[in-house]
Amino acid sequence: MSHDNHDNGIMKLTLDIWRQKDKQDTGRFVTYQVEANEHMSFLEMLDVLNQSLVVRGEEPVAFDSDCREGICGMCGFLINGEAHGPVRNATVCQLHMRHFSDGDRLRLEPWRAAAFPILKDLVVDRSALDRVIQAGGYISVRTGSAAEANGILVQKDASDRAMTAAACIGCGACVAACPNAAAALFTGAKVTHLGLLPQGQPERLERVLAMAEQGRDEGFGHCTMIGECAAVCPAHVPLEVISRMNKDFIKASFTVREAVAAGGGA
Amino acid sequence: MTMALDSKIPAGPLEKKWSDHKNHMRLVNPANKRKYKVIVVGTGLAGAACSASLGEMGYNVLSFCYQDSPRRAHSIAAQGGINAAKNYQNDGDSVFRLFYDTIKGGDFRAREANVYRLAEVSVNIIDQCVAQGVPFGREYGGTLANRSFGGAQVSRTFYARGQTGQQLLLGAYQALQRQIAAGTVKQRSRCEMQELVVIDGRARGIVTRDMVTGKIESHIADAVVLATGGYGNTFYLSTNAKGCNATAIWRAHRKGAYFANPCYTQIHPTCIPRSGEYQSKLTLMSESLRNDGRIWVPKKKGDNRPPNEIPEDERDYYLERVYPSFGNLAPRDVSSRQAKYACDDGRGVGPGGLGVYLDFADGIKRLGKKVIAERYGNLFEMYERIVGDDPYAVPMRIYPAVHYTMGGLWVDYNLQSSIPGLFVGGEANFSDHGANRLGASALMQGLADGYFVLPFTISDYLAGVKAGQGEVTAAAFVDAERDVKGRVEKLLGAKGDRSPDSFHRELGGIMWEECGMARSRESLTRALTKIPALRDEYWNRVKVVGVGDDLNQQLELAGRVGDFFELAELLCTDALAREESCGGHFRVEYQTPDGEAQRNDAEYAYVAAWEWKGSGQKPELHKEPLVYENIKLATRSYK
Amino acid sequence: MSVAANEAGAVPARPSRLALFWDSSIGKKALMALSGIILSLYVVAHFLGNLQIYAGSAAINRYAEFLHSNPAVIWLARIVLLAAVGIHAIAGIQLYMRRNEARPVAYHTRKNIQGSAPSQTMIWTGVLILFFVVYHVLDLTTGTVNPSFEDLKPAHNVVASFQRPLAAFFYIVAMVGLGFHLWHGVYSMFSSLGLTHPRYTPGVRKGAAALATIVALGMASIPVFVLLGVLG
Ligand SMILES: Cc1cc2nc3c(=O)[nH]c(=O)nc-3n(C[C@H](O)[C@H](O)[C@H](O)COP(=O)(O)OP(=O)(O)OC[C@H]3O[C@@H](n4cnc5c(N)ncnc54)[C@H](O)[C@@H]3O)c2cc1C
Ligand code: HEM
Ligand code: HEM
Ligand code: SF4
Ligand code: F3S
Ligand code: FES
Repeated sequence: MSHDNHDNGIMKLTLDIWRQKDKQDTGRFVTYQVEANEHMSFLEMLDVLNQSLVVRGEEPVAFDSDCREGICGMCGFLINGEAHGPVRNATVCQLHMRHFSDGDRLRLEPWRAAAFPILKDLVVDRSALDRVIQAGGYISVRTGSAAEANGILVQKDASDRAMTAAACIGCGACVAACPNAAAALFTGAKVTHLGLLPQGQPERLERVLAMAEQGRDEGFGHCTMIGECAAVCPAHVPLEVISRMNKDFIKASFTVREAVAAGGGA
Repeated sequence: MTMALDSKIPAGPLEKKWSDHKNHMRLVNPANKRKYKVIVVGTGLAGAACSASLGEMGYNVLSFCYQDSPRRAHSIAAQGGINAAKNYQNDGDSVFRLFYDTIKGGDFRAREANVYRLAEVSVNIIDQCVAQGVPFGREYGGTLANRSFGGAQVSRTFYARGQTGQQLLLGAYQALQRQIAAGTVKQRSRCEMQELVVIDGRARGIVTRDMVTGKIESHIADAVVLATGGYGNTFYLSTNAKGCNATAIWRAHRKGAYFANPCYTQIHPTCIPRSGEYQSKLTLMSESLRNDGRIWVPKKKGDNRPPNEIPEDERDYYLERVYPSFGNLAPRDVSSRQAKYACDDGRGVGPGGLGVYLDFADGIKRLGKKVIAERYGNLFEMYERIVGDDPYAVPMRIYPAVHYTMGGLWVDYNLQSSIPGLFVGGEANFSDHGANRLGASALMQGLADGYFVLPFTISDYLAGVKAGQGEVTAAAFVDAERDVKGRVEKLLGAKGDRSPDSFHRELGGIMWEECGMARSRESLTRALTKIPALRDEYWNRVKVVGVGDDLNQQLELAGRVGDFFELAELLCTDALAREESCGGHFRVEYQTPDGEAQRNDAEYAYVAAWEWKGSGQKPELHKEPLVYENIKLATRSYK
Repeated sequence: MSVAANEAGAVPARPSRLALFWDSSIGKKALMALSGIILSLYVVAHFLGNLQIYAGSAAINRYAEFLHSNPAVIWLARIVLLAAVGIHAIAGIQLYMRRNEARPVAYHTRKNIQGSAPSQTMIWTGVLILFFVVYHVLDLTTGTVNPSFEDLKPAHNVVASFQRPLAAFFYIVAMVGLGFHLWHGVYSMFSSLGLTHPRYTPGVRKGAAALATIVALGMASIPVFVLLGVLG
């Protein structure tokens, strides 16, 4: 921890990174040394590491990222056991090295959940989240069939709360951080977003049943209100969405009627 | 030999062109629809909206994106908002006014008919998105709220907090997911288009690489849609996502699709400056900051006192000085250029002198910290997260960055490229923004193309072809697959010593220096010697680690960089050929005595559509004249 | 589709609503909450009853007699409690097993950022309570493991039991476990049933913690005071 290093923002780090060749491989941690600068983002630090690996002819560390501004939800892994790293409510692409110090040792581990198989190194397959949306995370409206927008009045408060839930970026950190590997925050966010709006009412009960069932079938765990998910969620999705989902689910379980075949048959 | 460029603009009065055209389109028999297969590459606003709509109509759709989920297309990053001529604020807005503003904003280099249609369907977009549950901002009475954006004189911008693009995209994504569940759309994520396949002069399919297994596959269809976004990453550093690429449109260009106006690049004035060599992308700060922030640089060159120690009379509020009426709200291209001049003059601030101050001290004094926090709190937070400075106390540092590419594949009024059966939507085409795009109009265009134009024009096209002809075993597919495999092998076999990324950075450096905010004959000529040289070096010295049949991010990047090289050359060629300054293309030779862009309507009021003539050959220029029947060309002035 | 099935006379056997509910994570959790309410109410009532020991042995013995005066009521209560514990424990254990399936490969390191210790140990405090209750019934209801059991003399039985330091210690540990369980359980149960509101939830959370603390301390005070010789 030399004084010089501190002053010009250069830091030497030791990284223990999960390396796994493919889905089948068992994987292991491999230790790397890297020199970073406090103005870099965390992913830029990994870029620097990867450049040096390429030049040495070693395979660089695979990690997902795209927008690198915290909105696409593509990036994410655990740094020393914390999803998206030590800064709360921010994605790892928005994490900057000034939050670390010279000499730190950091462990980089991928999201772990049965529903998120590891594809390579820190890259996981989150398509289960897409399938949860496919089960009902939408409002059925045909293109061109919409009524005049101001014909639907939406209470400002409901609209604001719907927006808060809709802010979810689909990163999967909630699943990763949850001790039960539950996707409750993610699913609750969509159920809440659509359930708060008048447009979302017609399908509200069927939606929650289908999405929750899909989540379970994908192998996500259940929620016991531990709250780690909301603590790491980069989009500030509040825990309340889970409770709303539960309420809708309970109501739906006992009130939804069996589908009746449409008149005239198939 | 050269095909005449027919823009297929329907006859008749401007306001009736689109409805008349739709009324005369051919229809596909409902029972036959599912026999038609359409490939849609891209799941951004344009692609997702198009796939979902075609799926609903009953077509068999195959959708692709390179991210792990369609929801991550870069449309997600748009912050500001989306325009629509709803006139909810009763401030005199109308379809015509939105049309006119967009044409004028584009510096009179866009087609009247396309832009009018865009303004016309803008109102349907809002209806559609609201019905989907997009949580737009609302008034206390429950109606939709608007704000004014990008210097417009009316309030016509709809927004969902600072995440409008995200919410619109999620609306389209959800519609797409619904169709996937219904079985009308098949989604292939982490699957990158590598080649377009043309059979008997028609676009018939694509060849892709599965980014997890490395498998090269052919997909056949009756029509192909490219909605693959912009090519700003040719400059390496831009506000685009890391993965944004030009491969899809570039491969289509090489197969015969004309590339229009590649040189029109929008450089956004308010981005966070780069902090060092390792910088991987640039982050946009919403333009709205300029409403209450004042832009300045020190009057003295190389003045490196901390900003707060520079007295008022030693500061140059250059935008207020040069443009007294618009001041800090001068349009994007104008503000960007002025920032560059200040920095070129040695008065830039921050690392490398590449930055100017955006100062909120006066705003805070005038309105109080609380109001400023309400308006910009989340942006300030984002700035502080990235830079580490507190904008309430220290002026922000900003600098222009490449943001949007107005050019793209040439399309006619039906959004069909010069290859029949190949349609192009969203930022990937050149259609609606002329030489410069106004704020909040790209989201509008993406959704207009995807929901309201392509589904009709594609149906019309399909009605004229027989469904399901041919096989993926056709020679054209075999050849295309071989080419793709050949490229992969060539990259893996190069065994050089430099990473693809290092080449990309170097290319970006050349582009920014020689073909950035101020272009000249000399700089472009220099670029046109440097780029081919670097490209040759690339294919000899690039080092791609790993194997082809695996998740290999280096290989993905290497392929994209290869295409950026060729596109960069075309971009500079176009910039050199356009001897005028307009919108996002500023040639230092063509400026008024006081340094403003000087258009040359007599000679350059045309769309430059370039035809690929083979590697190492000069591309051929086709001109589509721009005819203005409804408006008079005027000089943009913001003084 | 279903019309055709009807005509063929072969309606596929659909699981009942309750079966589907039980099968779902949210449904199971709601049933845990409902049974948890019953169990919590019992614990609170029992706690208030037990406090009478401080009013002298006569008071609590009278109370015991009163409780036992109506066998129908007491058996009904026992059946309800047994059913509640059964549902609660089975659901709890099943959900716990799901948790392991949901993350088959454990993290090398996972930090808790805000999750409370009680919230992460529900299954263990629950199991502890289960063992405790079995022992407890054998100790103070049937007297099987009590050193000097006298029917309907709870004050005597309690003191007799807690004079053995090991038994008293077990009780104290179990009460800490119970406190943990209620600390999180009573808060969580509102969410499981969808009863949250930003205005009240923080209050519910504090209330649950307070209730858990009071019940645990109050209950545990009995063995403590017996050991200290204050009671007895
Ligand atoms: C930071 C930022 C802020 C913006 N703010 C605004 C704003 O406020 N208002 C506004 O109107 N506009 C804004 N814009 C512009 C606007 O967001 C974009 O122009 C628009 O969203 C582009 O949409 P798209 O559908 O054409 O492409 P994209 O959303 O970029 O989608 C491209 C799709 O193509 C896929 N793809 C690309 N290449 C391939 C390939 N080779 N193979 C397979 N798939 C491929 C990608 O996976 C992706 O799904 C902003 C842009 C940025 C970068
Ligand atoms: C008097 C005894 C008990 C009381 C008062 C009680 C109370 C509660 C309450 C109120 C909850 C919260 C339920 C919810 O969040 O919906 C809960 C959860 C739980 N209980 Fe109990 N419980 C008791 C006994 C047990 C037993 C015997 C077990 C298991 C062997 C157990 C295991 C659990 C588990 C695992 C949870 C967490 C479940 C979850 O949150 O998903 N409990 N308990
Ligand atoms: C220190 C704490 C406790 C004391 C002193 C205590 C005391 C007693 C006594 C004296 C009885 C017998 C009553 C009678 O038969 O007349 C009893 C019964 C019982 N107690 Fe407790 N108890 C304590 C804690 C608990 C706890 C925490 C639970 C549950 C989690 C519990 C559950 C029961 C049950 C189920 C019975 C049997 C009721 C019946 O069926 O008759 N007790 N307790
Ligand atoms: S709820 Fe939050 S943590 Fe979970 S996927 Fe959405 S944004 Fe990520
Ligand atoms: S951390 Fe897990 S237990 Fe529930 S509250 Fe969050 S999903
Ligand atoms: S890369 Fe898009 S959120 Fe991090």
